[in-house]
Amino acid sequence: MKKLAVCAGLGLVLVVVTPGPRSFALAASGIGQSPQAAAQTAGVRIAKLEQQVAAAQTAGDNAWMLVCAALVLMMTGPGLALFYGGLVRRKNVLATMMQSFILMALVTLLWALFGYSLCFSPGDAVIGGFGAVFLRGVGGAPNPAYAATIPQQTFMVFQLMFAIITPALITGAFAERMKFKAMVLFMILWTIVVYDPMAHMVWGVGGLLNAAQGGRFPTLDFAGGTVVHITSGVSALVCALYLGKRLGYPKEPMPPHNVVLSVIGACMLWVGWFGFNAGSALSAGTLATSAFVATQFGAAAAALGWSAAEWIRNGKPSVLGAASGAVAGLVAITPASGFVGPMAALAIGAIAGVGCYWMVTKVKRRFGYDDSLDAFGVHGAGGTIGALLTGIFASSAINPIFGDHKGGPLPVGLINGNAGQMLNQLMGVVIAWGLAIAGTLVILKVVDLLVGLRVPEDHETRGLDLSLHGEEAYNGEA
Amino acid sequence: MKKIEAIIQPSRFDSVKDALHEIGIDGMTVTEVRGHGRQKGHTEVYRGNEYTVDLLPKIKIEMVIPDKLSDAVIQAILKTARTGKIGDGKVFVYPVEEAIRIRNEERGETAL
Repeated sequence: MKKLAVCAGLGLVLVVVTPGPRSFALAASGIGQSPQAAAQTAGVRIAKLEQQVAAAQTAGDNAWMLVCAALVLMMTGPGLALFYGGLVRRKNVLATMMQSFILMALVTLLWALFGYSLCFSPGDAVIGGFGAVFLRGVGGAPNPAYAATIPQQTFMVFQLMFAIITPALITGAFAERMKFKAMVLFMILWTIVVYDPMAHMVWGVGGLLNAAQGGRFPTLDFAGGTVVHITSGVSALVCALYLGKRLGYPKEPMPPHNVVLSVIGACMLWVGWFGFNAGSALSAGTLATSAFVATQFGAAAAALGWSAAEWIRNGKPSVLGAASGAVAGLVAITPASGFVGPMAALAIGAIAGVGCYWMVTKVKRRFGYDDSLDAFGVHGAGGTIGALLTGIFASSAINPIFGDHKGGPLPVGLINGNAGQMLNQLMGVVIAWGLAIAGTLVILKVVDLLVGLRVPEDHETRGLDLSLHGEEAYNGEA
Repeated sequence: MKKIEAIIQPSRFDSVKDALHEIGIDGMTVTEVRGHGRQKGHTEVYRGNEYTVDLLPKIKIEMVIPDKLSDAVIQAILKTARTGKIGDGKVFVYPVEEAIRIRNEERGETAL
């Protein structure tokens, strides 16, 4: 029996090492052919090999990007839904989570109809065109203008997740007092008027601020510091000012009803952010790793920065503070993540952690606006800090995004030797602020006239869970 | 008959209940309540907003007992509910006019 097995093994080896008659024949025919025919055969084989290499890279990149898309969706639900849900009073927790949740569906619908097209199909410098409405032409073939190695559908669905979380971030500013109807209408208009143009300007073909493709003011924004965080944060401030304070604010105590939910949510945001930032490399190469690492270091430094500031000022480092700090750091590192190394990421995180702590505790109290869950203090402020610091720390060693006419790398950020980049960053920040303020004001006015923004006082007192959705989060008797 | 109402620290409730069982009290009504006496609350800080929490969680035990058990019950509560710090609570004693068992309309101490 043993002998038989050995024989069979030997036979196998022989089969493997001996070139089959077919390959002999191929080689022989090569020798016998004219030189042109031989070159042609070699050409065919090389082309086939290249195709296989490309297919292998696509498989790797696509696998990573699909995972990233799922991670970014997880940031909205359950990440942000829990983070915000824990911060409100118990009578409003469902209504708050619903705002994030329904956006996962609503923005998806808009994206399929025209959102993707307005962001990413060729248009003018400010907004995309209608070339990809109803996702026309968005299929398995890559779009080399954005990502040459993944199906355009993957790019489309990855970008969709960004379009979902951005408006969801705003909901923190008007939590506990906005009509659901008004919120839905506001968000539909907001994605069209603010998000789509901003995304097109920064990332779209021919966009005014597009750094990768020679925009007029090339603004470095790797994963959405201006597009996502400044637009949402600044719009949040406008909403908080326009809607006014919650009944009883700031006299009545309105502590978070469940910090545990918020900490879980913050942790999911942190994990999901790897998809957000590292995924923005749009491939699974070293740039993705670099962005992943920067993300981790930025978040860590900011959590420590916020905690230290709070410890010094209050005598106790709060859990909510550490979690909020991490989120602030993630916000700030977002535009920089694909342009800076670990040490710069630590610096950006630390500055953002302390800066956002100051915004949330001091500046908010000084001006007395009711940004209920600090959407502006964290995303508006953190996004602005991050966008400006990106101009300082971005390095061609990490990402040679600017090249001379021979393709050699040019300096990217201020420390790298490109002081002028600060002006471009400032330009991006100013445009994002301006668009967010103007767009949000107009939309609020329109929605206010059409359906009214705030719930009636008795509904606010009773809680939005019951008055808007007919449900309670915690049924004591059930 | 006397009604004893004791407001105590939640952490002492199990000891108090056991001590009462030992001296033969097997009926009581227990409520989770909030309140404060001389004990000042504490402050909580969420993102820089300070909240003073001055209503603290307590346990209220109510029971109606025969007169002859009154001293033993009071002693048992005082002994087991005490931690020695401000916030240990209070015991109130009331006279009770009548007690009626709903099931069979027994009256007086037999209804207890």
